Amino acid sequence: MRAFSQLLDRLTYTPARNAKLMLMRNYFLATPDPDRGFALAALTDGLPVDFPLRRVLSEIGNSRFDPELFRMSRDDVGDTAETVALIWPVTEAPGNAPRLSDIVAALSKVGRMGHAALLTQWLDQLDATGRWALLKFLSGAPRVGVSARLAKQAVADAFGKSVDDIEELWHGLEPPYTALFDWLEHRAERPSLAAIPIFRPLMLAHALEEGDWQAMNLADVAAEWKWDGIRIQVAAKGGTTRLFSRTGDDIGQSFPELVDHFKFDAVLDGELLVMRNGEVAPFSDLQQRLNRKTVTRAMLTSHPVHVRFYDALEIGGEDLRGRAFTERRERLEAWHREHGPAHSDLSEVLSFASKEELKARWEATRGQGIEGLMLKRKASPYLAGRPKGHWYKWKRAALTADCVLLYAQKGAGKRSSFYSDYTFGAWTEKDGQKLLVPVGKAYSGFTDAELVQLDRFIRQNTLERFGPVRSVTAKLVLEIAFDAIQESKRHKSGIAMRFPRVSRIRWDKPAEEADTLETLKELITSVG
Amino acid sequence: MGLPAFIFSTPIAKHPPTQDSVRVMASSPPFESWLRPGPSGLHCLPGDFFIDPSGPVPRAVITHGHSDHARAGHGAVLATADTLAIMRLRLGELGQTQALAYGEALKVKDVTVTLVPAGHILGSAQVVIDYNGQRAVISGDYKRHADPTCDPFELTPCDLFVTEATFGLPVYRHEPDTSEVQKLLTSLRDFPERTHQIGVYGLGKCQRLIKLIRQAGYDRPIWLHGALRSMTDYYVSRGFDLGDVPNVMDASGKLPGEIVLSPPSALGDRWSRRFADPLSGFASGWMRIRGRVRQRGVELPLIISDHCDWPELIRTVTETGANEVWVTHGREEALVHELSKRQITARALRLVGREDDAE
Ligand SMILES: [Zn+2]
Ligand SMILES: [Zn+2]
Repeated sequence: MRAFSQLLDRLTYTPARNAKLMLMRNYFLATPDPDRGFALAALTDGLPVDFPLRRVLSEIGNSRFDPELFRMSRDDVGDTAETVALIWPVTEAPGNAPRLSDIVAALSKVGRMGHAALLTQWLDQLDATGRWALLKFLSGAPRVGVSARLAKQAVADAFGKSVDDIEELWHGLEPPYTALFDWLEHRAERPSLAAIPIFRPLMLAHALEEGDWQAMNLADVAAEWKWDGIRIQVAAKGGTTRLFSRTGDDIGQSFPELVDHFKFDAVLDGELLVMRNGEVAPFSDLQQRLNRKTVTRAMLTSHPVHVRFYDALEIGGEDLRGRAFTERRERLEAWHREHGPAHSDLSEVLSFASKEELKARWEATRGQGIEGLMLKRKASPYLAGRPKGHWYKWKRAALTADCVLLYAQKGAGKRSSFYSDYTFGAWTEKDGQKLLVPVGKAYSGFTDAELVQLDRFIRQNTLERFGPVRSVTAKLVLEIAFDAIQESKRHKSGIAMRFPRVSRIRWDKPAEEADTLETLKELITSVG
Repeated sequence: MGLPAFIFSTPIAKHPPTQDSVRVMASSPPFESWLRPGPSGLHCLPGDFFIDPSGPVPRAVITHGHSDHARAGHGAVLATADTLAIMRLRLGELGQTQALAYGEALKVKDVTVTLVPAGHILGSAQVVIDYNGQRAVISGDYKRHADPTCDPFELTPCDLFVTEATFGLPVYRHEPDTSEVQKLLTSLRDFPERTHQIGVYGLGKCQRLIKLIRQAGYDRPIWLHGALRSMTDYYVSRGFDLGDVPNVMDASGKLPGEIVLSPPSALGDRWSRRFADPLSGFASGWMRIRGRVRQRGVELPLIISDHCDWPELIRTVTETGANEVWVTHGREEALVHELSKRQITARALRLVGREDDAE
């Protein structure tokens, strides 16, 4: 438990991705089974434990510390689990500190009545960091700034495999993943995946560049709209259906209506959308459905989801990934004619006579949930990752607006000494007064040289400091590029930008000439 | 007559205070009749001096050299020789001064003053005042944990104990400093290509951390920000062997894998851009709390404090046997609550000008 709690402790303070990978790699190499497997579970899908932490803490709390001192401490610390970990009196408890696997094993056996005694014993035996780590993972996933993907990447790096290898196996395995580590350390064969639906790493597209477009022979590519939803992989087999996000996270829990209807034997690639009366709803509607553990009946009716399929990786147990796109597409169409379930359709393959015609259609199309155009080489197999020269995404030209820099915040990692996160505003009028309202935040789009200039500007024009944030004199205009503007009740301005980034710094432009909120509202995508 | 005219008085005899001299009388007058908390600090009326006053006074007794205790502009100052030297380095000329060695009793008008080691930083002292059979100890800032760069805290039994409470909550428990230094050395091994820039307060913490790193067996240069130079040189001149401590200014290159000490304000500042992918650490008792670590953007928190943690506060107050305790600054509410549970009369003074974060 000591190695694991120290790992969590260091991960929470380490911003850089490579440094996090290094810490986890060292841990997975140095820690024995089954502890490292449970640690991997804690960092990915969560540990298989169910512990009523709040109830148990309120049961044992008052016997161990003064409630008045606890209240004052909680105010100072700002986090209940951390306060308990720090205030817990040091005792010379008998026995050694428990191993992570001891904790998981004991929790799987103990009944309701034993919870308080177990927790008390462990808190007595652990050091402050150990108590904090224990309470964090008992209260759910420990938030230490590590995605499931990154943890798997660390395992892959540690044993010289590719992360796609790990992803491919992942859903066939269970904590503490001993079969996985046995294979990684050459003690056993690769685990078999025959019986259950598992995630297959996705094929991703490159942004289309002018040179690609010039060199492209249109007869060789198929074109589809790029839908404004999220990528989803539906894997169904033997009565079990799983919905995977782009990174392999199982998101089926948020979409029970899809899991219920998608009963077939295939692995399909498509776009998850909210659809009403055959029309794609704005992306913000889809966001409402994401990351929900339970879905209300009202939500199912007001935000109905739908999958628009565009590729097939496997049908009826046959792996199609080695076949050409056109062949996979034919198999997908045939399958959908026969088995196509409710809440699904196919993404249309567009026909066009010339590059000019295609370009004109691309330029003319806004709204209707279309983000741009996909161009896929007809002869390409389905390849994991982002292989060069096969799939291209051609996003609509970005919209831009001139906004005024209002606040800046220090970045993380390499940027921690720079003000690199910018909040910008647009003009509006209130009671006859012109004022700036914040309309968005941008972290990217500028070069390193521009970052240095922006940082200097911010330090020289600071009005007030609030911790890592500074407000600045409203005089610098940033040209902001974004993909769309949507209505938003959560933002004071009433709008939300999608993917805003700094496209140019307008050192030349006076702040008075920046855009108004009204102008921005006219750009709201009018989608039903 | 090269010396200034006598300021406070002359030493009577070298006698360390003992329990025998403490007599608690049921009919004792309240301490406030002779030791009065006011806007400019604690005023000892029968001795006619202030202790650690927040503004200029004619006569001041100073516990230690930190800026929230030792200020400029007093008519005359009584302190340990180290504290006086540190004050001169920080503030320039001081006017009239008188040095008093640890344990030496000095008659000051109607009271007797003794300075006793506080274990906080070099020269730090508790001020022991005996008056009419009552004894008050004004402890200034102090700690019980061993520190290789100053004399250890000496417990002085008393009737009134005046304490700070910077870390006066039970969540503050400092880790052993050796294990915190190991965290730093481990990180150097894990990230040998990154400069480890550690924020430290310039007086006390800086020199203690260098000494602890040396004791852990690290003998490479420890690079210093210019603001840490004069105090570190003073410690060296007083016989502390700190090894090779060159100036960052004189370094060629980006110092990958090296330890750099700087004031906390230089963490994540433009100054740090000269280093190789700097990893910022901070040596402070505040690093106990994750929110504070994140707020400062610190990647390597080192819980090393020159103040008492909560168990040390309670232990010290109890061991002095004082039946009355005054809390000068910090989280006094919790300490007062805890002491009253233990039947000790406790009172929060809320002295102005004490900085919570200066540690
Ligand atoms: Zn101090
Ligand atoms: Zn102080």
